[in-house]
Amino acid sequence: MSVVVVVDYGAGNTHSVRAALGRLGRSSVVSSDREALLGAEYVVLPGVGSARSAMQHLNETGAAEALRERFASGRPLLGICLGMQLALETTEEDGGVFALGLLAGHVKRLATGRVPRLGWALVEPWGETYYFAHSYAGESPFTVATSEGVSVAVQCGPFLGVQFHPEKSGAAGLNFLEQCLSLA
Amino acid sequence: MPLSRLIPCLDVAHGRVMKGVSFVGLRDVGDPVELATFYSAGGADELVFLDIAATPDDTDTMTSVVVQVAEVLDIPFTVGGGVRSVDDASRIIEAGADRVSFNSAALANPSLITAIANRYGSQAVVVAIDAGGGVVHTHGGRVATTTKVIPWAIEAAERGAGEILLTSIFHDGQRKGFDLELTAQVRGEISIPVIASGGAGCAQHVAEALRIADAALVASIVHENPAGLPGLRRELEGLGIQLRPAGELV
Repeated sequence: MSVVVVVDYGAGNTHSVRAALGRLGRSSVVSSDREALLGAEYVVLPGVGSARSAMQHLNETGAAEALRERFASGRPLLGICLGMQLALETTEEDGGVFALGLLAGHVKRLATGRVPRLGWALVEPWGETYYFAHSYAGESPFTVATSEGVSVAVQCGPFLGVQFHPEKSGAAGLNFLEQCLSLA
Repeated sequence: MPLSRLIPCLDVAHGRVMKGVSFVGLRDVGDPVELATFYSAGGADELVFLDIAATPDDTDTMTSVVVQVAEVLDIPFTVGGGVRSVDDASRIIEAGADRVSFNSAALANPSLITAIANRYGSQAVVVAIDAGGGVVHTHGGRVATTTKVIPWAIEAAERGAGEILLTSIFHDGQRKGFDLELTAQVRGEISIPVIASGGAGCAQHVAEALRIADAALVASIVHENPAGLPGLRRELEGLGIQLRPAGELV
């Protein structure tokens, strides 16, 4: 079985995503290498850290360009939390940052409720409850799921992005990851 | 608003779980990894580990616990105790914790809150406030400072904290219910979520806290019977508290 590549941001926690993949019996490597990102069966762009430093790292390592190429060639990619937000065009975080621009859409600071939005919440129309920890959210025509009125999943071609943390969402999260991998 | 969160808190010293955890249903009651897995399977929404013996020369033990917990746990967890610098926070987060919690270090150096938030996001920063008589306490509640609780909570939020862990030191361990008035006052002054802590003796107490706060920290009420966590969740649901559907629980 070929390997899943978890994209390296330079900072941030890739352990939990890799541990979750391990629970599903999938081996993974952490890399920002172009060949690895293009050749992988499946790529996960995880989500911890700040938008500016993440984009800076992705640009400097060439990972940003490799992710765009991978997307253009139709090979599957999963973005989690910040990883989902970075697939859109821009984010308000850190005073405004140009993101990967795989999909139309912009990331804005949450305007209602307690921020950060922390905890478990129902995702519709999927009918599952997952764990969230975010202060920003995407607004995109490619939204495929919402939670309490917030866009929490976008899909376009080979890219699926989710605002929640499947790797921290217990059995429901593992099921979600398994489905993603089985569709790859 | 997301669902209410029930958060068991484990006191850890030298890599072992301390403080009155009952052995029922557990092979090794002192093993933080086993207890974490057990509580996760029992429907905990999140866990907090407090390194109560944290000393600067004993950071490796806790880091190793964090690595092992992160390997097996599929719910979020916060680590507190011994966070005195951005490097300490990095060490814990990069070992696999989702969030760090700190109290004394934030009081001594409030810019630390902002520095960690800038690096890992506000959601990774929990400022713990041990409150008693309107002022913040340090050293496990033993030392009273002159810092007032509410202005400090407001300042912590402004500086980038993502959550306040509010413990009423006079209620802690008494099992007579949470300090609901203080919890409501603090939460009313800030726009970040608040975890209520200190005083849980029964499901009714936890339900009262969760009607006010975003989450409730529980210790002895679950530790004296770890296998009772699913039952506690069902009691809370019976009292009208909405928790995540946790499926078939042990």
